[in-house]
Amino acid sequence: MASITLEGLKKTYSGNVDAVKGIDLAIEDGEFVVLVGPSGCGKSTLLRMVAGLESITDGTLKIGDREVNNLEPAERDIAMVFQNYALYPHMTVYNNLAYGLKNRGFKKDQIEERVQTAAKMLEIADFLQRKPRQLSGGQRQRVAMGRALVRDPAAFLFDEPLSNLDAKLRVQMRVEIKQLQRRLKTTSLYVTHDQLEAMTLGDRLVVLNGGQIEQVGTPMEIYARPASMFVAGFIGSPAMNMLPLDYLHGQGSGALLHDLPENTDIVGIRPDDMLLQPPESAYLQVDATLMLYEAAGAESHLYVQLADSEQPTVIRTSGQPPVSEGDTLAFYIARDALHPFNSASGKRTGD
Amino acid sequence: MQTKRMTFPGHWLPYALLAPQVIITLIFFIWPAGQAMYQSLLREDAFGLRSTFVGLENFARLFRDGAYLNSLSVTAVFAIGTTLLSMSVALLLASTVNRMIRSRSTYTTLLVWPYAIAPAIAGVLWWFIFHPSIGVIPYVLNVVGYDWNHRTSGADAMMLVVFAAAWKQISYNFLFFLAGLQSIPQSLIEAAAIDGASPIKRFWTIVFPLLTPTTFFLMVVNVVYAMFDTFGIIHATTEGGPSQATNTLVYKVYSDGFVGLNLGSSAAQSVILMAIVVALTVVQFRFIERRVNY
Repeated sequence: MASITLEGLKKTYSGNVDAVKGIDLAIEDGEFVVLVGPSGCGKSTLLRMVAGLESITDGTLKIGDREVNNLEPAERDIAMVFQNYALYPHMTVYNNLAYGLKNRGFKKDQIEERVQTAAKMLEIADFLQRKPRQLSGGQRQRVAMGRALVRDPAAFLFDEPLSNLDAKLRVQMRVEIKQLQRRLKTTSLYVTHDQLEAMTLGDRLVVLNGGQIEQVGTPMEIYARPASMFVAGFIGSPAMNMLPLDYLHGQGSGALLHDLPENTDIVGIRPDDMLLQPPESAYLQVDATLMLYEAAGAESHLYVQLADSEQPTVIRTSGQPPVSEGDTLAFYIARDALHPFNSASGKRTGD
Repeated sequence: MQTKRMTFPGHWLPYALLAPQVIITLIFFIWPAGQAMYQSLLREDAFGLRSTFVGLENFARLFRDGAYLNSLSVTAVFAIGTTLLSMSVALLLASTVNRMIRSRSTYTTLLVWPYAIAPAIAGVLWWFIFHPSIGVIPYVLNVVGYDWNHRTSGADAMMLVVFAAAWKQISYNFLFFLAGLQSIPQSLIEAAAIDGASPIKRFWTIVFPLLTPTTFFLMVVNVVYAMFDTFGIIHATTEGGPSQATNTLVYKVYSDGFVGLNLGSSAAQSVILMAIVVALTVVQFRFIERRVNY
């Protein structure tokens, strides 16, 4: 087990394409850090740089106290779980798990013991003599994890490991990965584009955009105080509504808005912060016409058109409120629920 | 997989549509094959005026004939040598080209060229390169102390025809190996690298086992090629010599039948070749196809 330190890590592809534009990040020993961002944000490239599958253009990468910039993947003492699992199709599950140990010169009985322990932990002991193609998606996923953990590496790297599974299995495996990591306390770096996975798995989240870090923090910090409009829009589903400050002024809420930080011209409001009943604290009120009513069981999504605005806006409420499409409704927004942003810099104001 | 079943209103249209293929097969394959089988039971006089039915005598003679048994072993050596050489060189080239990114298509195009050259031309080409008095390679070999002469040395002659035949087949093998290599997911290689396997170990424990379907397919194709498709190369270089050293079965069919005019024996030899093709095909479908599945 070890910490991972990234200092000014850069990746430039030929033709001056900057995939990763200088990342500073310190991952503590035993920490579970999730890299999240839209496709093309450089998160997979960054992970592959840590793994040693991509060269590092500039900066320093340390695993533990060792600088590993120029070490081969095998020498970095890491294990990786791939998106397509990358199981060796011509080997049995047992040999898939044993391959890395054999290459490292472990003795036969040690291999046997480690494989059996890992197989038991992941509940794949019954399939050890099968070939990967005889396994279901979830079982393959377990074998892929088993291959990582038999080696007892300094760090686990996960490259979107759940994206090939169906929704139900994904939730189940997500829980198992979390429990496994809690138990083993192995430093983990996990790449995903799924913000729900990111929120639930990580001790800390790193939101990436365009090869740069937008924000680092615990999932709840990031949810509660997104540092930029990008993070605000990316984390949380449905995405945060962004309303121009002028619009809110026009709706007669000016008195409450004058103490927003300087340079604020956009205000973000989470869909769950737009309420059908007035809250007890100070609030704003906007009128809107209900365009589409999505009932999703425990909650409902209301797609509304705000009065005097073209802006599409989503509201999330619990249960099924007794409203119907075409109604004009009043919404209440607590003053404390506003996220102030500056549209030119894209950053949160007042920090 | 579900195939769509087509129904025709009458009988004549489907038969008419099948007819061209059936007629071609009958005229150019079945008829000559039948003719050969029939002729293998006859003995014809040197002028082609009379023929006598001799039963299986032609076959019996062949298997008593030292020259024919020699030709069998020559063919085995030639086929195995050509297959091994062309496949190993092709695999080496394919794995090298597969590592390239931008220059890959250029190299692929260049390496495919030899396949477009007619066997006889390829034969002449190698005949010049290896010519004992004007060739480049004998000159170089002479410098290092080897006296190359494929006109007197059977081993040299065999090497010459193996080189020439393998060289032509490398392109074909190369293309299949390259396609096979490209169908191996990169993440498997990366996973093996993280698992601590050296590049050479990765090749032998991951890449090569995953290439087995390609390898087995090519092995059969190459053996068939070496046994039946190399007439031109042998004819243009050694003509079966010296003293039968490169007289393969196919070449012997030609030289016994059309040069020696022993048509009965020649026909019997082609029937044996036919049996060998059938056997190879059966081996491919029965044995190999089952074994390469993982």
